[in-house]
Amino acid sequence: MKLYEFEAKGILAKYGVSVPRGIVVARGEDVRGKLESSGLTPPLVVKSQVLVAGRGKAGGIRVARSLEEAVSLTEFLFDYPIKGLKPRYILVEEAVEHSSELYASITIDKSARKPVILASLYGGVDIEVIAREKPESIVRYHVDPYVGLRGFEARFIAKKLGLKGTVTSSFASLLQSMYSAFIDYNADLVEVNPLTVVGERVVALDARIIVDDNASYKYPELAIERVEGGEVSEWESKAKRLGLAFVELEGDVGVMGNGAGLTMTSMDMVYEYGGVPANFLDIGGGASAERVKKAVLLLLEFPKAKSIFINIFGGITRCDEVAKGIIEALREYSGRSKPIFVRLSGTREEEGRRMLEESGIKAFDNPIDAVVEAIKAAR
Amino acid sequence: MAILVGRDTVVLVQGITGREGSFHTKLMLEYGTRVVAGVTPGKGGGEVHGVKVYDSVQEALQEHPEVNTSIVFVPARFASDAVYEAVDAGLKLVVVITEGIPVHETLRFTNYAWRKGAIVVGPNCPGVITPGEAKVGIMPGHVFSRGPVGIVSRSGTITYEISYALTKEGIGQSTVIGIGGDPVVGLTFTEAMEMFEKDPETKALVLIGEIGGDMEERAAKMIIEGRFTKPVVAFIAGKTAPPGKRMGHAGAIIMMGEGDYDSKVKALEKAGVRVARNPFEIPSLVSKVL
Repeated sequence: MKLYEFEAKGILAKYGVSVPRGIVVARGEDVRGKLESSGLTPPLVVKSQVLVAGRGKAGGIRVARSLEEAVSLTEFLFDYPIKGLKPRYILVEEAVEHSSELYASITIDKSARKPVILASLYGGVDIEVIAREKPESIVRYHVDPYVGLRGFEARFIAKKLGLKGTVTSSFASLLQSMYSAFIDYNADLVEVNPLTVVGERVVALDARIIVDDNASYKYPELAIERVEGGEVSEWESKAKRLGLAFVELEGDVGVMGNGAGLTMTSMDMVYEYGGVPANFLDIGGGASAERVKKAVLLLLEFPKAKSIFINIFGGITRCDEVAKGIIEALREYSGRSKPIFVRLSGTREEEGRRMLEESGIKAFDNPIDAVVEAIKAAR
Repeated sequence: MAILVGRDTVVLVQGITGREGSFHTKLMLEYGTRVVAGVTPGKGGGEVHGVKVYDSVQEALQEHPEVNTSIVFVPARFASDAVYEAVDAGLKLVVVITEGIPVHETLRFTNYAWRKGAIVVGPNCPGVITPGEAKVGIMPGHVFSRGPVGIVSRSGTITYEISYALTKEGIGQSTVIGIGGDPVVGLTFTEAMEMFEKDPETKALVLIGEIGGDMEERAAKMIIEGRFTKPVVAFIAGKTAPPGKRMGHAGAIIMMGEGDYDSKVKALEKAGVRVARNPFEIPSLVSKVL
């Protein structure tokens, strides 16, 4: 779950990180009233709160010389779509005059099985750009998850970056605050980019936090409506609300499988035999008939899918449950029918196949036969 | 011989009274696995398919000191606790089937297990099977047969697909390990390969990878450095996945240009590994190297 900038800054501020003074205006609120009573001193930065990359370049960040200008820029940005979507929130902050832009982040190094800190003196651009253009500037530091990030380690990182004097301590305590937030919020990523130095103190000018979806239930306070904007299609967000892993693709063969590996391979097979998949849909492990029904109904309604290829190899998933779900979906669906090609193997395959055949649906044992038929039917 | 599980494996099922725990206890027993005890806090004293249920791992071990392996079906919110409990009680192999455990929790319990000398397989994995001896997992037993091929895999369902294809061609397996699809897992490719290298029964290895992460690249490096000397055949799922999109589970995401299909295939081919275009090509590639 990606957090908005204002949420990420709010969390980091709780841990003692300096952030610019600012307020959040939600859509529908009295912009003028809120800004006039905010006590903010211009110049101000008006920032559209969207969860897509490249917001600055897309025109989502504006500078206001006066309160009056901030009011009109805020109203303007509410109606200004970033990558196709208008924001729900605008953050208005006091501008911080700065000459340096640094980078700091904490994420998990999956192979090392440890948190890793990345820092550079050349922030303000994506880490991928820093890695490409100034790879030698990046300090990489692994943290022992049992010990946590100690002060001496944080100061070592600051020193290694080339920071001097009391700024070293300020930067070190920023890293420790970020680390605490990273742990407490089960974060996949905590990133401050850019951060800058004002006098002897570091200030976070922008911040990003991504919370592990598997842990988001622990944070009911973060359960506000999120528009993932631009990068997520209408059908993808529909599937997300149903709790299904779905990615929209370019073609016309609907693809559904159990498990990411098998579903990706099913997609790869559609390409290999000359078709193009319309989507990726993974029902996961141990799906109930109810879940299968929802998934099949989604593909029946999804207009891009002209035919449907269902590839199930049951382990924890039971073929009889899958068959039941498919049959119920077809019974419930009232739209134009689509050809469905089901491959069923694994746990309780005989029961599953028998159920399908009794309902007049052909069940395949070999997925290649099913995929070839599905591609033909989509044409 | 085979590795990790075999005739000497005696299993405890954590979360035995749940829907999955009880169903797969039955299937494991039918396969011939020695499942002797189960744990569900608060349900001690009961029975599931003839297997006694206890309130804690410690109580179960008091009655069944021969237990040496645990399989965890406990729901995600309580699964980490179950792993600590098993490791703390001295078990040296813990297979975690549960899907949806927060990655920070996995990070901590895999480190804890490692320090205690225990092996965690998973989470979010199908488990481990040594055909004809023991099945500690949720895989459909009938697709496997005994023979000279070791399999280590990041993808459950593709493992079944490939094992089934091998079995149909008369090529059996020594041990098949599904290491799990989460971004952080206990047992890795290279650790499993170290075990297969030492196993005289295993004559060749099938490596089943996925886009994302760098485990396949590390396996390739191990081969190049001469630390794994048996012939290897591989399949990588996700050739046509669009970059940056999360395909199903979290492990399969291509981030920052690392872990894409081409880089994995290139690394493996450089190490002399034959990479199959689809799962059904594996049997013919394997029979060429056996």
